[in-house]
Amino acid sequence: MSLVLDIALCALILGVGLATVAGHGVFRAVIFFITYGLLLAIGWARLGAYDVALAEAAISAGLTGVLLLAAHGRLRRLSAAEEAPLRRNLPAALIATGVALALGWAWFALPDPAAPDLTAALPQSGVGNPVTAVLLNFRAWDTLLEAIILLAALIGLWMLARDRAWNEPLGLQYHARAGGVMASFGRVLPPIGLIFGVYLVWAGAETTGGAFQGGTVLAAVCLVSLMAGVLPAPRIAQTAWRAALVFGPGVFLLSGVAGAIFAQGFLALPPALAKPAIVTIEAALTLSIAVTLVLLVIGPPDDGGQDA
Amino acid sequence: MADIATYLLTGLGLVFFIAGTVGLIRFPDQFSRLHALTKGDNLGLGFIALGVAFQTDTWAQVAMLVLIWGLALLAAGTVAPLVARAALTESRKP
Amino acid sequence: MTIWLHILAIALLASLGGALWRVWRGPSQADRMMAAQLIGTGGVAVLMVLAALQDWTLLAVAFALATLAALAAVGFVKSESPDGAGDPEEAPPATELRGTVQDRTRNG
Repeated sequence: MSLVLDIALCALILGVGLATVAGHGVFRAVIFFITYGLLLAIGWARLGAYDVALAEAAISAGLTGVLLLAAHGRLRRLSAAEEAPLRRNLPAALIATGVALALGWAWFALPDPAAPDLTAALPQSGVGNPVTAVLLNFRAWDTLLEAIILLAALIGLWMLARDRAWNEPLGLQYHARAGGVMASFGRVLPPIGLIFGVYLVWAGAETTGGAFQGGTVLAAVCLVSLMAGVLPAPRIAQTAWRAALVFGPGVFLLSGVAGAIFAQGFLALPPALAKPAIVTIEAALTLSIAVTLVLLVIGPPDDGGQDA
Repeated sequence: MADIATYLLTGLGLVFFIAGTVGLIRFPDQFSRLHALTKGDNLGLGFIALGVAFQTDTWAQVAMLVLIWGLALLAAGTVAPLVARAALTESRKP
Repeated sequence: MTIWLHILAIALLASLGGALWRVWRGPSQADRMMAAQLIGTGGVAVLMVLAALQDWTLLAVAFALATLAALAAVGFVKSESPDGAGDPEEAPPATELRGTVQDRTRNG
C-alpha cells in the first residue's frame, strides 16, 4: 500500500514538473511551480527527511511564490511578459535535459557513499537532532560560508540599484485599505509566525527545526506585515537593519575564532559548551537569515523611474 | 472505539475534499468555484484533523492539530475575499 | 488503521490531481490561484495523515504550510493591483462592484 502512495506522489511531482516547463504562459508556470514545492515537501516527508520537508514547505509556500508572482506582475507592468519563441527555448531545454541525465547517471554510477555512523558521535555534538549536529558542529564551516553567501547575494542585489535611488525605501511601497482584510491579516499572522519561528529554532536542537527553517518562517511573516503596509519599508542606510544582517555571521565567526584560541581549532566546540554555543549561534543566525531573506525578496531600492 | 471514530471522521473529511475538487472542476464561473473550495476543503480539513486527533499520543499533538486547522481557516478567510475582489477588477478590465 | 491511512493519503493526493487540472485549464488567473490554494489545504491534510502514519513531528511541517498558506495569494492580489503594491479593497467603490456581479449573473 505504501508503494502505491509513493508511486502516486512521484507521478504527481513529475506531472507538475512537466506542466511547469511545458505549458504556455508565465503565470501558469509560476502557479505550477508553487504547487511543485508543496508536493516536494510531501515527498521529503515520505523519505523521512523532516528537516528538509520543513525547509521546502517554508521556502516554497512563503518566499518563492511571493517572489515569482511579484516578478510576473512587474514584467507585465513593463509589458515585457511576452513568451520566448520555441527555437530560443530549445537550447535551454536541451541543456537542462543534459544536466538532468548527467546527474542521474552520476547517481547510479557512483558507489554507495560510506557515510560515517553519526550515532556514535552524536553525544559529543551537544544536540540530539543529527541534522543540527552536522550543520552547526561537524560541518560548521559549510554553514558559516552559506550564511556569508546569503549576505553576498543581498549585496549583489543592491548593486542593481541606481545611485540616486540609494537612499529610497527598499522595494515597492506597499499599501492596503486601513482596517481591510489584508491589513488585519498583516496584524494577526505575524505574532503567530513569530512564536512558531522561535519554537522551530529552539526545538531544532533536539527534533525537527533549525535556524534556516525558523528564519524562513520569520521572514515570511515579516513579508506579510510589509505587504499589508503595517511595517514601513526598510532603507539600506538604517543601522538596525544592517546590524541584523551581520549579527548572525558575526557571532558565528567570533565563536569560530574563540574555538581556535580556547579549543582544538577554528569552529571547534568543546562538548561541555557545545549545546549553549549551538543555541546561541542558531539564535543569532536565525535573525540574520530572516532579515536577509526579507530584503532579498523585496528587492533593491526603487525610485519609481523607468528602467533604461 | 477510537479507530472507528477515525474511520468515520476522516472518511467524512475525504468526502468534503472530493466535493471541493469536483466543485472546482465542474462549477461554471470563478466565483462559484471560489465558494466551492473555500467551504468544502476547509470543512474537510477540520474533519480529517478531528479524525487524526483520535490517533494521537499526547494532548500537545491534539492542540497542534486544532491550531493547524485554525490557521487554515484564517488563511482561507483572508484569501477568498481578496482573490474574489481581484478577480472582479480583472474581469472588468476591457 | 495503517491501510486506511494509506488509502486516505492516496485519495487526498488524487483529489489534488483534480485541482491540478484547474491550474492547467484556468481560464482566469484567479482560478489558477484558487486551485493552488486548494492544493495547499490538501497538502496540509496529507501531511496530517502522514503524521499519524509515520511520525508526529510532521505536524510541524503541516503547521508551517498552514501558517504560510495565504502568502502566495496575498502576493498574487498585490501583483494584480495597478502599481503592484496595492490592495484590491482600495480601488473600486462597492456599488460599482455590485452592479458588475448582477450583470455577470444576468448575462449568465
